[in-house]
Amino acid sequence: MKRSKTMEFGVGLFMLAGIIGLVFLGLRVSGLSLAAPSETFRLDANFANIGGLKPRARVTMAGVTVGRVESIDLDTEWYDAKVTLRLDSGLEGQLSRDTTAAILTAGLLGEQYIGLSVGGDPDMLADGDTIRDTQSALVLEELIQQFVSNMASN
Amino acid sequence: MQSRFEQGVNRIVRLGRKGCDVMEALGRAGLFLGQSAVGVPSREGWYLWLRQMHFVGVLSLAIVVVSGLFIGMVLALQGYTILVDFGAEQALGQMVALSLLRELAPVVAALLFAGRAGSALTAEIGLMKATEQLTSMEMIGVDPLRRVIAPRLWAGFVALPILTVGFGVVGIWGGYLVGVQWLGVFEGSYWSNMQASVSFVSDVGNGMIKSLVFAIVVTWIAVFQGYDLVPTSEGISRATTRTVVYSSLAVLGLDFVLTAVMFGGL
Repeated sequence: MKRSKTMEFGVGLFMLAGIIGLVFLGLRVSGLSLAAPSETFRLDANFANIGGLKPRARVTMAGVTVGRVESIDLDTEWYDAKVTLRLDSGLEGQLSRDTTAAILTAGLLGEQYIGLSVGGDPDMLADGDTIRDTQSALVLEELIQQFVSNMASN
Repeated sequence: MQSRFEQGVNRIVRLGRKGCDVMEALGRAGLFLGQSAVGVPSREGWYLWLRQMHFVGVLSLAIVVVSGLFIGMVLALQGYTILVDFGAEQALGQMVALSLLRELAPVVAALLFAGRAGSALTAEIGLMKATEQLTSMEMIGVDPLRRVIAPRLWAGFVALPILTVGFGVVGIWGGYLVGVQWLGVFEGSYWSNMQASVSFVSDVGNGMIKSLVFAIVVTWIAVFQGYDLVPTSEGISRATTRTVVYSSLAVLGLDFVLTAVMFGGL
């Protein structure tokens, strides 16, 4: 059979384009990074109400992303939401024991994320500790309800 | 003059025969796939596969890429007009990427593939059968399943997932062109919202699984319709039509099932 170099070259190029496309989808579109997953540590935080928080949501500090929400479970001991956070290990031993975690919303209808702010306690949080001081998500319906009942009682 | 009773019996007999025919066709198709897809390709077989890859994959790239570009652009345009009402036009990247990777890239690429490559495969193999090339191969001791069918099947299995990746990449780029360059969505939020919401395993990976399933189904239908047709000119035209109709229906139906399993929380 007659061999054709250009055809072989074309098929090779086609396969290569497929691989490059997949790499693009991985790196640019789904935001995987080529570097080995950086060292992280774990913190728990219990919230009375998480609103619309989802796993993989951002954890920020002063607006800078420092980690992600790993999982959200119902804590059957207290009947509140137990949120597990994965934070960059650069912060391990840097967050004071009275660090607060709040569930914030990006814009009026945007995604929800967790904002951390440090306190002044000399003791530091270690891997696996629980953040005690938390602020639940702002649920618009509850807010309106409160407002309406205040109006009615006045 | 037949009695009513006999007419009724005949109708039931015809129904039963039809059912048997359908079952037989399914059985033939299954055996056919099994017999032709297995078997270690020789050096010659490898080269036959390469030639089919060129025809089925490389030459389909142009139509797939152009369609992907326009679908991405139209998604961005439509999405923008709706999202801007809610002040959420930053979510454009997320919308374009998720709808392309989860649904549109696998499905539309498979439909285009069925029309561009599937119909050609059916017609080619059908004509080989009508001109008794397949029979003559058997006469000289060459197995047509391995010589003709297997390279085409494997080329289809490999080519469609690659085409789907191309479709997705170009579509996302088209969305970027319209959303960011033309309509003025902030570039940073286009990409960062996309990266925050697209997961490589559950979105890109599931899209690839879909595309592989579609590749197997579409190529199988195309090649089997060609191999199993009535060897006349009318038979070839009927089989080519059936290839496109059956593959499109199979792709859309399977897409619903796969979506329900992957994303519907079943």
